[in-house]
Amino acid sequence: MNIDQINVEEQIGPVGKVLKESYGNRSVLIHCLQMIQAEEGYLIGDSLSKLSKKLGVPLSEIYSVASFYKQFNFKPRGKKVVRVCLGTACYVRGSEKVLSILEEEFGIKDGETTEDLHVTLETVGCVGCCGLAPVATINDVVVGELVLKKVGKLIKSIKEE
Amino acid sequence: MGRINSLEELKNLRIRLKENIFKTDRKRVRVCCGTACSAQGSKKIVQTFEEESAQKGMDIEVLMTGCQGLCQKGPVMKVEPYGYFYQKVTYEKVREIISKTFSREAPVRSLLYRESVLDDPIKKMDDLPFYKKQVRIVLRNNGFIDPCNVNHYIAVGGYAAMEKVLSTMTPDQVLEEVKRSNLRGRGGAGFPAGRKWEHCKKSTGKIKFVIANGDEGDPGAFMDRSIMEGDPHSLIEGMLICAYTLNAEYGFIYVRHEYPLAVKNLRIAIKQAEELGLLGEDILRTGMNFYLDIREGAGAFVCGESTALVASIEGNRGFPRPRPPRLSEVGGGLWGYPSNLNNIETYACLPPIIENGAEWFRSIGTENSPGTKVFALTGKVVNTGLIEVPMGITLKEIIYDIGGGIRNNRKFKAVQTGGPSGGCLSEEHLDLPVDYDSLINVGSMMGSGGLVVMDEDNCMVDIAKFFLSFTQRESCGKCPPCRIGTYQMLEILEKITSGNGEEGDIEQLEKIGNLVKSGSLCGLGQTAPNPVLSTIKYFRDEYEEHIKDKYCKAKVCKGLGVYRIDGSECFSCSLCKKACAFDAVNETKDAFYIDRDYCTKCKACYLACPIGAVKIGSRVIPWVIPEQCEGCSDCVHACPVHGLKMYETENEGIFIPWLSDPDLCVSCGKCSAVCSSSGVVLTTHVQEAKQRFLTKRPKGLVIEDEKKKSGYIESGSKNNATESDSVVLIDSDK
Ligand SMILES: Cc1cc2nc3c(=O)[nH]c(=O)nc-3n(C[C@H](O)[C@H](O)[C@H](O)COP(=O)(O)O)c2cc1C
Ligand code: SF4
Ligand code: SF4
Ligand code: FES
Ligand code: FES
Repeated sequence: MNIDQINVEEQIGPVGKVLKESYGNRSVLIHCLQMIQAEEGYLIGDSLSKLSKKLGVPLSEIYSVASFYKQFNFKPRGKKVVRVCLGTACYVRGSEKVLSILEEEFGIKDGETTEDLHVTLETVGCVGCCGLAPVATINDVVVGELVLKKVGKLIKSIKEE
Repeated sequence: MGRINSLEELKNLRIRLKENIFKTDRKRVRVCCGTACSAQGSKKIVQTFEEESAQKGMDIEVLMTGCQGLCQKGPVMKVEPYGYFYQKVTYEKVREIISKTFSREAPVRSLLYRESVLDDPIKKMDDLPFYKKQVRIVLRNNGFIDPCNVNHYIAVGGYAAMEKVLSTMTPDQVLEEVKRSNLRGRGGAGFPAGRKWEHCKKSTGKIKFVIANGDEGDPGAFMDRSIMEGDPHSLIEGMLICAYTLNAEYGFIYVRHEYPLAVKNLRIAIKQAEELGLLGEDILRTGMNFYLDIREGAGAFVCGESTALVASIEGNRGFPRPRPPRLSEVGGGLWGYPSNLNNIETYACLPPIIENGAEWFRSIGTENSPGTKVFALTGKVVNTGLIEVPMGITLKEIIYDIGGGIRNNRKFKAVQTGGPSGGCLSEEHLDLPVDYDSLINVGSMMGSGGLVVMDEDNCMVDIAKFFLSFTQRESCGKCPPCRIGTYQMLEILEKITSGNGEEGDIEQLEKIGNLVKSGSLCGLGQTAPNPVLSTIKYFRDEYEEHIKDKYCKAKVCKGLGVYRIDGSECFSCSLCKKACAFDAVNETKDAFYIDRDYCTKCKACYLACPIGAVKIGSRVIPWVIPEQCEGCSDCVHACPVHGLKMYETENEGIFIPWLSDPDLCVSCGKCSAVCSSSGVVLTTHVQEAKQRFLTKRPKGLVIEDEKKKSGYIESGSKNNATESDSVVLIDSDK
């Protein structure tokens, strides 16, 4: 991602007018990290160094912030990111079983990526579709009511290109 | 659309829109496009509707609304002007809806809601039991308007409260009204919003912030999401009213990144409001400025805590910090400026309060908790979804009248309120009126509004473990009691649920739990032990069963219980045998059985059996009834672990079987199965039986020749060597 293209002022918004520059730059840090990750899939060290120069925030602090939040990854992820919801509603309706079936099917554990970079398996604490529990998402598309029959279908659709 | 240049213009616009939008005689479908319904294909339905009606030359307005509440029966829609409510709609049904309903005004019967197959279908939305007891104030527009169309919001009376505030009220008057309404924060703790605003208003300084907390991290909750997605302008209007009161110029909505649709709809709404001059500089030419922006979270539950949220907006790690200074004070808020933080739902309550007055609001709900509360009703109820009910309604009404009772006719066991900070309530609380104080009194809390219903298939120890593992994972790690204490508690719970629980574990959990509560800085640590403590309080017998009897009656916990295959049900499909990774399932000529020496209680066979012939039983132990025993010693020979031995009783020449070491017993039940005279029966009262075996043991032990020959005596005598002197070996050789 071209870090130079990020328009810091635009990202801060109107409040930028009343903030010290250092405050303002820092306040867009998380948003910039999100943009980098959205484009590149994960946080590449190279982009982070550029971002550090651009915002004037030390690289060590960027890592400190990025590693605090669950959203950020430092390793490449699969083409299909499958998130199984382990929120309360899904849990009481048996989503743990869905997770274990998927783990077995793809031979990876929660948080891991297959070697061919096709699938990343993650868990999430509620995607807000509890009415359809148990729920999983594939690249942010929600698949609900995962009874065992549907898990088979889910696996098939994950395996598709 | 052009900018609105005065309050007068806004009023005229509203009148104009009211006349033109939502005409009551118009042919219209309101299709739910909330997250759950979209996941079930509502977008395709909308598309098909548009295509089909164009093809037929019919003028049908297709409206995409936010969540209508009954997510589980989605996609749902309302068909007007007939008022029919359709559920589980598929795009294939669209043609039928057009031909039947729109051409002939008849309902499509297959799409109507039915309580059960035998009941008559219900045609109208308001007649559905799910909606009957609801009072929709915050969700008044959800499911009614298109959230991406500001005109819809204005047409149903939107921005009228703001108009009233700007034209007829001083900031002090607004504050007074909010204080009088006794609106309490909907984000969890229930702190009165008016008092919070007052603090912030008193703080000096030109720059102030108004922040909306849309982090909604509680697993199993989606109230705020539905508001942000389905009616974003009511949140914006609420924030504007707050900004006017506090004289704040800047605002932020902090949304968790897992809610992409909420972010999208909010962005659209903000843009529209800016274009109309309802946000930004010189609002409606009244001189008021308010700039609103969105900040996305990055996946940390603790960032819902107010000080951590502020740190996160500033671009730091989301660590909570001690208060004071409070957010509302100089030096305490965002970048040090005084800030007011409220929950999404709290803000969304404000426009109706201002419009209808504080008295009206106080007439709903209870004395100390006026108004309504939105709950996400989930778990094992028939109808899950988003509901809004007046405070003071009982749990029973929510679960049985609105939720339709427990699924599959199972039995109610518990309801969890307040998410990971709340507690589990049992049957005895079903008649409890729900409000902030009543829930605190019974050791739970309102929280943000998750209600998870559990039935007998849920294990309370496992649920406690689930919540604790959530908070343990999400602890930011700043306070040792929170970081280490939750970890230790989790270890004990792991131990209990895997069958290694010990006497004293419950007390240990309580002790650490109370330490964590008192020694933590922020709400996360202070409430993390609640699910454990409340389940111990109300379901202690389940903990004891896990620890003492090694049995989980919900059959959830692996590593507990005794596995066996019921021969009368088993039809020899051998799936259990394939499933077992430990070769514990064996096959004889005509039956399958589980060898307990190899069984690891992994539950694989139980889950594999298609007809449920694998049973997980509670721990049983033999109980000897001397009066019935005929002294045949068949049981002694049947015992696979050679635990039973014959003892001579006080009556010389009379022998009965006895367990020399009760811990040897593997609960196989063979002893009682071979006994022809009910001299040995099985009991689940393992503790009592063990105690009896140890303390009431007959004096003389008989070891028979036969056993000696087959080498059994070794194992037997080893045990005997440690036994008390009172046991006299009577060897027949002697
Ligand atoms: C760990 C933790 C998580 C929280 N998460 C949320 C949340 O997701 N949404 C929310 O509105 N409040 C949350 N709160 C409560 C907020 O700290 C704060 O009390 C609330 O947003 C204030 O708004 P209210 O007075 O309108 O309820 C959380 C508190 C803690 C301690
Ligand atoms: S109580 Fe827990 S989450 Fe809260 S600040 Fe302390 S360590 Fe962090
Ligand atoms: S519980 Fe597991 S180890 Fe025991 S018999 Fe069943 S599959 Fe085998
Ligand atoms: S708990 Fe899974 S979607 Fe809410
Ligand atoms: S999303 Fe459609 S009813 Fe909730």
